[in-house]
Amino acid sequence: MNGPLGGGGDGEEVRGVPRIPSPRAAADDLRPDAYRPGPSVPPEPAPDSGPAGPADATRSAPAGASNTADSGSNGSADDSGNRAVNGASTSGDPAAGDTPAAPEASAAPSHGVLKSLLGAWALSACSAEETAAVEEHLGDCAPCAEEALRLRDAVGLLHTDRDLDLDPLLRFRVLENCLGRRPARIPVPGWADPYDAETARLDALLRDIGDSEWHAPVRLKWFEGERRMSRRTTVAGVIGHLLTVDGIVAGAMGLDDPLGPHAPLLPAARTEAFWNDMDLPPTGTMRDPWRDQSHDLIRTVSFAGPGVADMSVSYGSFALSLRDALLDRAFECWIHADDIAGAVDYPYPPPSGAHLNRMIDLAARLLPAALAERRRAGLAGPPRHLVAAGAPGRSLHLEVEGSGGGSWYIALDSPAAVGSPDKSVAQVALDGVEFCKLVAGHVSPEEAAAGQDGDRQAIRDVLFAAAALSRL
Amino acid sequence: MHHRAGTAGCSSDWPAALGELYDKFAALVHSQAHRVLDDEEAADQVTREVFGYIWENPDAYDPKQGSMRSWVARLTNSQAVHRLRQSEAAALAEGGGGTAEELEQKVRRAAVAARADYIVTSMPAPLRAALELAYFQRRDYRQTAADLGVTEDEARRRLRLGLQLLATAHTRSLEGSSPPGYGRAL
Repeated sequence: MNGPLGGGGDGEEVRGVPRIPSPRAAADDLRPDAYRPGPSVPPEPAPDSGPAGPADATRSAPAGASNTADSGSNGSADDSGNRAVNGASTSGDPAAGDTPAAPEASAAPSHGVLKSLLGAWALSACSAEETAAVEEHLGDCAPCAEEALRLRDAVGLLHTDRDLDLDPLLRFRVLENCLGRRPARIPVPGWADPYDAETARLDALLRDIGDSEWHAPVRLKWFEGERRMSRRTTVAGVIGHLLTVDGIVAGAMGLDDPLGPHAPLLPAARTEAFWNDMDLPPTGTMRDPWRDQSHDLIRTVSFAGPGVADMSVSYGSFALSLRDALLDRAFECWIHADDIAGAVDYPYPPPSGAHLNRMIDLAARLLPAALAERRRAGLAGPPRHLVAAGAPGRSLHLEVEGSGGGSWYIALDSPAAVGSPDKSVAQVALDGVEFCKLVAGHVSPEEAAAGQDGDRQAIRDVLFAAAALSRL
Repeated sequence: MHHRAGTAGCSSDWPAALGELYDKFAALVHSQAHRVLDDEEAADQVTREVFGYIWENPDAYDPKQGSMRSWVARLTNSQAVHRLRQSEAAALAEGGGGTAEELEQKVRRAAVAARADYIVTSMPAPLRAALELAYFQRRDYRQTAADLGVTEDEARRRLRLGLQLLATAHTRSLEGSSPPGYGRAL
């Protein structure tokens, strides 16, 4: 029964709550006596004007001199009823004494019972007979009348909770506000780690550069077919490019697309549209929207269930799982951060070995399809030996050295085949960062410093396919 | 290496916990704020502020001072009354509404309502349960007794005691009764 305030009720509004339960017989009984001043008119209910609640009355009453009758009556409600009747007659209180219904007195509820009904009465929760009896009693008994009034007033303070129709959006806004005040330490799912890390690294670089450096020229490089492509922009333009392509992933996750709802799907078209739509050259103001979007992405994948990793993200001409899409964005983020770092002469190390390994793995997994596409375009040699889907096929052993390295076997004849060491017909060995630069179109296939062994055509096809993974 | 992902997994930091907190107390917070402010938007705002405060100050709640529910109710009432006073004072300064006495009266009424809500929220559960049955579900005290599995005497006693507690909402203003260490403006 010790309420929530138990023990700590010092100075609190409902002081006395914890004390009420045990002395309740006394609390019930004492009130009439406290108000029994003898034959004179009952005083105004002064005791209630102060903070003194029932419990206070209980505690203060025994100090009074007029309560001798109580000592024997701290018993049941029946006792107090008897005592009240006696008290009324002996004190000669006209109101209580001259009950016209004296003959029914034995049948009518006692004072104690009537008093105990006051709460139920105030709530209209007793029977018609009881209600009538209480109301009749109130005309006779000032203390009860006073209490009845107070309890009726109290009922007016009750009100129905309006909890049924809370705006569902309020929940979102409240949570958003909370997280804005103090970001949660949400565990970022492991597969989003590289993106988290690379965007944070680039953000640190951007924080350090001066306003003028945002306009430093940067040359973006990639491969199309056999041709080396490039495009001049600025540091701010590169961030705009990252913002727009990250926006594909954001859009796929239901976040706002920075280019609006009718934006082009293809990454390059998006970037061109973004650059063209700018009235003025982009500046350092690019940083906030880019960073906010990457934060939103991380927050969203962190909030979402594990199944979100397999969600499909469409790039127009191809699609990746969200897991791979974010890895790809991490890769692009690093590559372009490196472009920016070069433009502003800032040291920028490659990603951690573990993250680099995953980026290389993604490229290795994409290579067979890229190879097939080049083959369809007549840019790669014909398949030599087709196998059933899922069966091991002719492969190239890609051996990546250095931090994040490892061995991958690239199926050469069909993306449906599985790369296999047993069917390896060629081997290429190169450094992890070098391989990534090749995939990013920053190093040409001819220039890639690769140790080569085995089928020349296979090696050439794979290196060119790797370069073909690059794009604006 | 990790800039945003923390290292220690403090469970109370999980947004899931924040969502749970909201689901548990939002109705309480919003309805109490609405009662004081009588304005949907202002109640939304107080709801945001109260949860923002709780979230930002995870150590502010001291279980020794009572239940979480009554703590949240107290925060809400205090913040709602604070906000009412602010907005009314602003209206007064602009020459908009009423006199200073009317302002005080309005704030006092709101404070009583807030105190009443707080009292209901923090009164012993058996008393609250009895009041809920009798008032909200229109059960008479005999039905209330049956519903609660107590004697009719006990049901009467609980109803009366609950109302007696509730009546104390009139006796003191909310101001000045805040426990130490608790600022009115969140």
